[in-house]
Amino acid sequence: MAKELLKGNHAFAEAAIRAGVEAFYGYPITPSTEFLEYMSSRLPSLGRAFVQAESEVAAINMVYGAACTGKRVMTASSSPGVSLMMEGISYIAGTEVPAVVVNVMRGGPGLGNIAPSQGDYYQMVKGGGHGDYFPIVLAPASVQEAIDYIALAFDLAEKYRSIVHVIVDGNMGQMMEPAELPPMKELPTEVPDWAVSGSKGREPNILTSIYIDQEDEEVTNLRLLKRWKEIEKNEVLYDEYEVDDAEILVIGFGTAGRVASSAIREARDEGIKAGLLRPITLAPFPQDRLIELTKKVKRILVVEMNSGMMLDDIMKIVQGKVPVEFYGRMGGVTPLPDEILDELRRVSQNKAPGPKDPRDEWIPRLEQMITGEK
Amino acid sequence: MVSTTAEVIYQRPEAFTDVHTHYCPGCTHGTAHRLVAEVIDEMGLREKTIGVAPVGCSVFAYKYFNMDFVEAAHGRAPAMATGIKRVLPENTVFTYQGDGDLASIGMAEIMHAAIRGENITVIFINNAIYGMTGGQMAPTTLAGMKTTSSPFGRDIEMSGSPVRMAEILATIDGVGYVVRRSLHDAANIRKSKKAVRLAFEAQERGLGFSMVELLSSCPTNWKVSPQEALDFVADEMVPVFPLGDYKVSPTLASLKV
Repeated sequence: MAKELLKGNHAFAEAAIRAGVEAFYGYPITPSTEFLEYMSSRLPSLGRAFVQAESEVAAINMVYGAACTGKRVMTASSSPGVSLMMEGISYIAGTEVPAVVVNVMRGGPGLGNIAPSQGDYYQMVKGGGHGDYFPIVLAPASVQEAIDYIALAFDLAEKYRSIVHVIVDGNMGQMMEPAELPPMKELPTEVPDWAVSGSKGREPNILTSIYIDQEDEEVTNLRLLKRWKEIEKNEVLYDEYEVDDAEILVIGFGTAGRVASSAIREARDEGIKAGLLRPITLAPFPQDRLIELTKKVKRILVVEMNSGMMLDDIMKIVQGKVPVEFYGRMGGVTPLPDEILDELRRVSQNKAPGPKDPRDEWIPRLEQMITGEK
Repeated sequence: MVSTTAEVIYQRPEAFTDVHTHYCPGCTHGTAHRLVAEVIDEMGLREKTIGVAPVGCSVFAYKYFNMDFVEAAHGRAPAMATGIKRVLPENTVFTYQGDGDLASIGMAEIMHAAIRGENITVIFINNAIYGMTGGQMAPTTLAGMKTTSSPFGRDIEMSGSPVRMAEILATIDGVGYVVRRSLHDAANIRKSKKAVRLAFEAQERGLGFSMVELLSSCPTNWKVSPQEALDFVADEMVPVFPLGDYKVSPTLASLKV
């Protein structure tokens, strides 16, 4: 199929349809609403399920129900809506049923705003809901990647009977970009043996997240943990740009990573040897690759559209072996390539040991930048 | 040689598992479960039914019904049932919920399932109290009734009056069948069974949302004997929660079961 000019949210929704999603349950929220609108126009004509729920709480519990039937099911929302969904996400994780949640992140906390943000890193990557569980988190950086990774998200959800989050920011949800959609996948005719479908010809299937004896819950927690270790081993994804001879390693995901790659191209023209590691799976994080690169580079610059959340994970992996610096924009502000280029110029001259908390040196720089912009 | 024939006139429903329930002596959950199981057997629905258990005393309902079951988050059973029914419209889907689950934390989910006219059946156990957490005030607790969180009796100035779910739901267009019955004596249990049958008939006929509210006893948390509890249902609850048919689709009204 040829490339077409596609709007992010529409393309993600169509990608899910072609990947065989049989039900979408959601609630309108900017900047993810087009996802729901698109599903409302497409799914009923395909004979698949669509419900505009009364709330995100209801939507995710509808997803939970359909996930128990073994059908491909998803929802899409934005930050405050995903907060409301955390109850159901925990139940889905505890019941070990597959489901995909797309979060088109916006500025926060609270009502925040509707501008693009990566401020939900902790909420999405660290779990967000109650209890011991590990979500898989995919962070595409273009409309094409989002199309590809939404299909992958369903495959991973089913392979590991896991919750899978696909997180993008409002930039990607709203932008139009040339991209190619996959062909329509045929819907499966077989029902997974664990699913509820009516117990004709077999013993009843019971799907629950309750393990009233603590020993049973612990066995369940252990099963989830061991499954997670398998996921860590098998499913890490990342992208790299100009890392072979890089002295400065930039690490950024999603839009921030994409903007950083433009800055790196310009920095290279100035003779600054910078390269990019862009994690695609934020969970599992490309830890082994980062450890390898840490041995090769002189400094690391982490770029995020939040207050340095992935930064904390990187500090833990790098363990002070290489100085780590940070550049973030918050509140729904997307950094410009020039801002990151300026950072690369500065970092390339900086021989000082790395600060204990890279945020300490970044905060005054950011304050100056904000004053300058005004 | 004398030949004898024996006819089974009463037995454990096939839709029931052969285990003891965890319910307290004198609790009417067991009765309500049995009515549902008998109706599912009589209608031949067991192998296509998916039940949705709530959070509350009946959290383990899935252990007692011999059929596919899922366990919902507190109050979300109607949303979960919606999610299932929309992808498996040929299956029979029912929720079994208590008053805290359905009329407090799950008020939005029950209302909107009814508003959408979800073709599901809801068995609503109203015993005017939170049982599993040890006897706190429910939205259905009677005025003046003492609970562990209304120790001086429910004060309607502070906590409002008991909510009548059957009456509220009857105002909604998407509802095909909603009635209130009681489990306090044999005659009322028989009427309850007929109502449960009609609720499942409504679903099988695609008539929209169906619910049977069953007034039930909780001797443990009411701190009375089982017989006193049944008397309390008849004498105190029925006047506040009148028994009756609040909305019956014309198709069902003419049905002989």
